[in-house]
Amino acid sequence: MPPRRILSLWLPALAMDRHRLAHGEEEPGRPRVLIANTAHGPRIAALGRPAAEAGARVGMMLADARALCPRIAAAPRDQAGDLALLEQLAVWSGRWGPWVALDPPDGLLVDVTAVAHLFGGEAELIGDVHAAFARRGLAVRAAIAPTAGAAWALAHFGSGGAILEGEYALTEAQRHGEEALAAQPLDTAEPCPGGEKAASRPNPSVPLRLCERPNFSSFYELPLQLADLPVAALRLESAVLTVLRRLGIKRIGQLSGVEDAASGRDAIQRRFRNRRSPAANPLLRLDQLLGRIPEPLLPVAPAVPPLVQRRPMEPIRHRELLDRVLANLASDMARELERRGEGARRLELGLWRIDGAVTVKRLEMAVATREAAHIGRLFAGKLDDIDAGFGIEMVRLRASWTEPLALAQVGLEAAAEKPGTTLAACIDRLTVRLGERAVSRPVPFASHLPERAQRWQKPLAPEPTSQELLAFHHRPLKLLDKPEQIAVLYATPDGYPQRFRWRGAVHDVVCVEGPERIAPEWWREKGGTRLRDYYRIEDDAGRRYWIYRAGLIGDGRGGVPDWYLQGLCA
Amino acid sequence: MPFDNLASQCDLAALTARRSERWRPGLGGACHSEIFACSREAGGAAAALALALDDRRHAQSIEGSQAEDRRAVLWVQTREAARLTGRPYRPGLPAELRPRLIHVLADKPEDALFALEEGVRCREVAFVLGEVTGNPRALDFTASRRLTLAAERHGVPLYLVRLDAARDLSSARMRWEVASAASAPSEWNAQAPGAPAWHAELFRARAHAPGKWVLREEGRGLVADRPFQTPRTASSAPQDERGFSVSVRPEEGAKTQSERPSRRVSILN
Repeated sequence: MPPRRILSLWLPALAMDRHRLAHGEEEPGRPRVLIANTAHGPRIAALGRPAAEAGARVGMMLADARALCPRIAAAPRDQAGDLALLEQLAVWSGRWGPWVALDPPDGLLVDVTAVAHLFGGEAELIGDVHAAFARRGLAVRAAIAPTAGAAWALAHFGSGGAILEGEYALTEAQRHGEEALAAQPLDTAEPCPGGEKAASRPNPSVPLRLCERPNFSSFYELPLQLADLPVAALRLESAVLTVLRRLGIKRIGQLSGVEDAASGRDAIQRRFRNRRSPAANPLLRLDQLLGRIPEPLLPVAPAVPPLVQRRPMEPIRHRELLDRVLANLASDMARELERRGEGARRLELGLWRIDGAVTVKRLEMAVATREAAHIGRLFAGKLDDIDAGFGIEMVRLRASWTEPLALAQVGLEAAAEKPGTTLAACIDRLTVRLGERAVSRPVPFASHLPERAQRWQKPLAPEPTSQELLAFHHRPLKLLDKPEQIAVLYATPDGYPQRFRWRGAVHDVVCVEGPERIAPEWWREKGGTRLRDYYRIEDDAGRRYWIYRAGLIGDGRGGVPDWYLQGLCA
Repeated sequence: MPFDNLASQCDLAALTARRSERWRPGLGGACHSEIFACSREAGGAAAALALALDDRRHAQSIEGSQAEDRRAVLWVQTREAARLTGRPYRPGLPAELRPRLIHVLADKPEDALFALEEGVRCREVAFVLGEVTGNPRALDFTASRRLTLAAERHGVPLYLVRLDAARDLSSARMRWEVASAASAPSEWNAQAPGAPAWHAELFRARAHAPGKWVLREEGRGLVADRPFQTPRTASSAPQDERGFSVSVRPEEGAKTQSERPSRRVSILN
């Protein structure tokens, strides 16, 4: 796989350029600004060089700017129009790479992996970009780097037309398919003298090369060209930038230097520990910049969901006809999905009635499918309560969620050997009849409390990773939804239970094991929650239960502790 | 004389010989079993799981496949059954079933029967375990026969736990009555409950004679003991009546022997 290369395009004067192209050049001596109306009056949202030379700044009140330069010409800013132009430019930028993502408000990211040779090299590619935008009369700054973050930083804050060589990180993580490794930064990466030596001085005219070839030991190392950029090149919110400035961290290299120091990363991590958004967490942005964690680009590709519809000559008033139309639609949909190489996960059946009412029935499948018979059968169970009124004039089937499904010879051998449905079809049928929540599977969850240690999720969803339970903990086969209170005879304060009453019958306890003390989760629960002492018991008839005493006498969290029966052992 | 020709007598003799072979673990079960149990304990479901795993091992030994069975296991409960005896708890399940369990919660017995039938028709399910309380009207002989035929056609075993139910009409091939038994002494702690055991009475089976056992799991296999008294429950009366032993109490064993032919004829008819 070739190393990943991202081209970042920044149109620094997008609004001004668009206004100029639409309304012509500004008059000499009358600098033009674009204004946005705010709660306190019009503020300057964009301006050109003449206005800046006259003393106006972005964010300044228009009245203040007029005080500085009375001949300023103001025009309203059209933000929606700018975005529309950006989207148009995104489609147009497909000429340099097949995968273009918007970077609002004024940028684009193009994946140019393995594309540059078509233009004669990356420098020529950037030259082509500059020439193409110049022909359209738009100012642009472009940079190519292995990650979107680095390309963005260089386009906004680097020298013009910078190219950052190197294949670090993301490609390597992708190659090994180890996102877990990518999420956990390698702190043991050794510094590579070769990589730093190869770094040359920034030169605005000549595109700049940092490493001559990808160097494995220099992965995750910060290239010199990026180290000099300000922290604003990390695409952070202004509040975070303020915090970093107050901490004295002004350049990316400083942040990286702090991080390299012993426990430096921990210190930053602690400060920003509850910032999940990358724009608010400099460490996440730094990791994205260096490719330690992946940053997917959302392409601007128009998504047209598969859609088939029928308009019968006469309105449908009877169920048999509707079933036949539905079967036809399902086979149309299956053909359409097969053409695209996809399978449907969610289907919407719309029924347009003559009197204007529209009924929509939704269906969600456990795995992607395009079996017409299966789809028809699933919908048939949902059409029982349809009110056709005076008749249904249009039926439309739309696959709002599809997943790739390759052509395969599905189950020919298996179906011939063993009759029966597949598990996915079985789960679909159960879900359609019994409801979404009726079919589930237990998955472990990291908690000490028994009832929280198990969660229910969709039956075919992948199982979350978890730590295995310790083997010496005996757990019951079944757990009651809600622990039931029992009356227990026991030697206070913490003796073994000897006899208890549950659901109106008395059980004599013969064998006891315990207590297994489970403390409340103090980080989650209220302060007054009591601990639990669990006992595994067996009564005189051999029935085995799992009971607990909630609290201790004198623990200051209530009176005499209650007993509960929570589980039934095998 | 009910039998006219020799051929039917031979058939009868073969069937009698086969039926006189007592059930034992590892012999393989039927495609549709019913386990009657009390809702105050989890013994019914636990014994059903033990029987299912035992049958699974038997099927694997017949197929000669060493591959680990990774097919899903469907556990269907009515809401009432889940309320009375709780839902399956993953850490307490047999380790091989933990990642494979799919749980279905049905509001009504009709829905539970639908889910059971769908599960039995699915070729990617190892076995289906159902829990239904009482004797719902929907679970009549027709429904039970429908389940039996579907299970035998697709080869997916069904273990239906009947909680607090009367022994109604059913076409299940093996019908058990299960109750918890005193556990074996624990290995480390004399006070603690040990490995679980269950009193199991096979009161109606197509291919086996009825009988009573104490089932328990040992190592990776199911063990069926004759119900001798265990020392821990020597003083409790119900165990005496439930268990029987040929050597200790010959008169009760003789009575059981004399009962058996009449049952056999009734089944053959």
